[in-house]
Amino acid sequence: MNTHDEFQLQCPLPVSGDRVLLAHGGGGRLMQDLIRGIFLRSFDNEWLRRLHDGATFPVEGGTLAFTTDSYVVSPLFYPGGDIGSLAVHGTVNDLAMCGAMPLHLSAGFILEEGLALDTLRKVVESMAKAAEGAGVQVITGDTKVVDRGKGDGIYINTAGIGVVPPGVRIGPQELQPGDRILLSGDLGSHGLAVMSVREGLRFTGEIESDSAPLHLVVRDLLECGASVHCLRDLTRGGLASALNELAVSAQVGMTIEERLIPVREPVRGACELLGLDPLYVANEGRFVVFVPDAHVEVALAAMRRHGAAQQAAQIGIVTVEHPSLVVLRTVLGTHRILDLLSGEQLPRIC
Amino acid sequence: MKYVDEYRDDATAAALTDRIKRTVSRPWTVMEVCGGQTHAIVRFGLDALLPSALTLVHGPGCPVCVTPIGILDQALQLAALPRVIFCSFGDMLRVPGSQGNLFDVKAAGGDVRIIYSPLDALELARANPDREVVCFAVGFETTAPAYAMAAIQARRLGLTNFSLLAAHVLVPPAMEAILSAPGCLVQGFLAAGHVCTVMGYEEYEDMARRYRVPIVVTGFEPIDILEGIAMVVSQLEAGRAGVENQYSRSVRREGNLAAQAAVREVFEPASRAWRGIGDIPLSGLTLTAAYVDMDASVRFRDPLSRFAPAGGEDPDCQSGLVLQGWLKPPDCPAFATRCTPENPLGAPMVSGEGACAAYYRYRRRHDGSGAR
Repeated sequence: MNTHDEFQLQCPLPVSGDRVLLAHGGGGRLMQDLIRGIFLRSFDNEWLRRLHDGATFPVEGGTLAFTTDSYVVSPLFYPGGDIGSLAVHGTVNDLAMCGAMPLHLSAGFILEEGLALDTLRKVVESMAKAAEGAGVQVITGDTKVVDRGKGDGIYINTAGIGVVPPGVRIGPQELQPGDRILLSGDLGSHGLAVMSVREGLRFTGEIESDSAPLHLVVRDLLECGASVHCLRDLTRGGLASALNELAVSAQVGMTIEERLIPVREPVRGACELLGLDPLYVANEGRFVVFVPDAHVEVALAAMRRHGAAQQAAQIGIVTVEHPSLVVLRTVLGTHRILDLLSGEQLPRIC
Repeated sequence: MKYVDEYRDDATAAALTDRIKRTVSRPWTVMEVCGGQTHAIVRFGLDALLPSALTLVHGPGCPVCVTPIGILDQALQLAALPRVIFCSFGDMLRVPGSQGNLFDVKAAGGDVRIIYSPLDALELARANPDREVVCFAVGFETTAPAYAMAAIQARRLGLTNFSLLAAHVLVPPAMEAILSAPGCLVQGFLAAGHVCTVMGYEEYEDMARRYRVPIVVTGFEPIDILEGIAMVVSQLEAGRAGVENQYSRSVRREGNLAAQAAVREVFEPASRAWRGIGDIPLSGLTLTAAYVDMDASVRFRDPLSRFAPAGGEDPDCQSGLVLQGWLKPPDCPAFATRCTPENPLGAPMVSGEGACAAYYRYRRRHDGSGAR
């Protein structure tokens, strides 16, 4: 669950309107209202209240991490991945962002009547391959079939459990003013790859999803000697939403440098064309790391040993000033707010 | 990236800023016409680089913002009809009508599709012969040729299930309305580069002369805008009032003649109400007699007439003042309090080119108020 924990049980935010809108799932402010106003209100407990990517809780002999995520991507196949690999990487990464090494996954399939078995086979084979690559197994599952027209081919839910190494404490509450913000790689490829197929935009070919498992990068980060204060993957809502959630959770400010944020040329071009800001576009293999200034170099070196984080770079700093606010220093040296969007970005008129 | 990076270069920006500072000797007020320019100014903080004697005011150039609530209500009603596939560019979907927006209609079961080109709507009409495809034709002169081409194509293909809800508006009549308003503060214009790419800038020459106001056709990147400002300021300081073209990599004096011909075939000027501003003579486009069969407001006259208009503008919304440059968004009492992107009182808070959205997104302070 990607959101922040500015939650007060006494005063839940009202959820405006009388129906669920697509924007309620867009990773922006509306989704946070929904989570806080409906789910947290009924389910409230100390673990959920943290609203991290997964929950970590003590058991006899150690600490476990537990997470779940549902995958409804359309189209099912896109350059660089598919719903099967995504369902594995997404959940593995949510565990990794808790500092955990993933152990096992579950998989629940909701299939639409009429789906080609060959399509299902391809998705499941891709899932198995991704699981093997990530060193996890799918050890339990469930299948349901719904009437034609009531699903979108395949929906997948995966849950995962992992083990948190002793002494690891990762979360928004660990953020300190002065912490440096490291970004693992270039932004926006996943969102644009999916959009290019879904909307039939023919500008790409070169844009492939960045979908990748991140737990080994995280393991090396935790073992490199740097004290890692927080991790967050940059899925729906992109870098901007992730930083905003953390800034609000931890009541700190953040300042990042526009010119230090890598975005590949084809992604930039497509975003310019569509009027999208790559800082809000979804990724599936990118994350941010928060470490003290003195540990930046050792952390970057550990990250860059992995293909998925070869371009890792420092992009900003956690501040005491402007708490709960993320500020962007533009390429021209001016400053502006990097705000949480209401819902998803919409392509513009002209 | 070519055509982007060189127009966001900090050294060039610093040189232009210096030139503007050296030129300006007294207070001037300049309006950027287009909402795309407003967003670039706020997003890149260009106003912070300018001397305090120079005031930028934001113009009416947001087609989403000025689409009148009456046409928007028609859109909501058409989109709710069972046989209709209603097509619109994305940033129109959040704009509030008198009762909800297109997203609400979609959530309630209406078939609303986001398109990237009017030709996408044509494709939908071909693929769904048993459905009526209505395309929401919103925009300035910039997008009108694409809708005109879609109508011409539909005629060629013999498609009878394709129609347009015409809501296009024209920029020069709006600029003229601003200039002729009593107490007008605007002393110079950055004209909208993409509108001029289609229409050219001959029609501005007479306006510049009559109102003694310099007009510089300007692009949308930070360097374009700073250079456009430098050119306007040079004219103001020298007491000149002519039309100049900063955006020469895209705009010619006569514009795009083929695009203009397509627009003339399908559309003709008509009076139009601008949301928040009021009626402006000959400031909109409606379908010509030859294409009236593709006019959705005619084709669906019966179902549309059965709906009574419910409610109107929120009385607290001051978007008309914002769109004419009289009020900056943070100075509106409803800004970031009653009016937010989640619960907008007016269109400028939700449109990708709306001035209120730009200030909310890039300038809002944590306490909810706006930075000035």
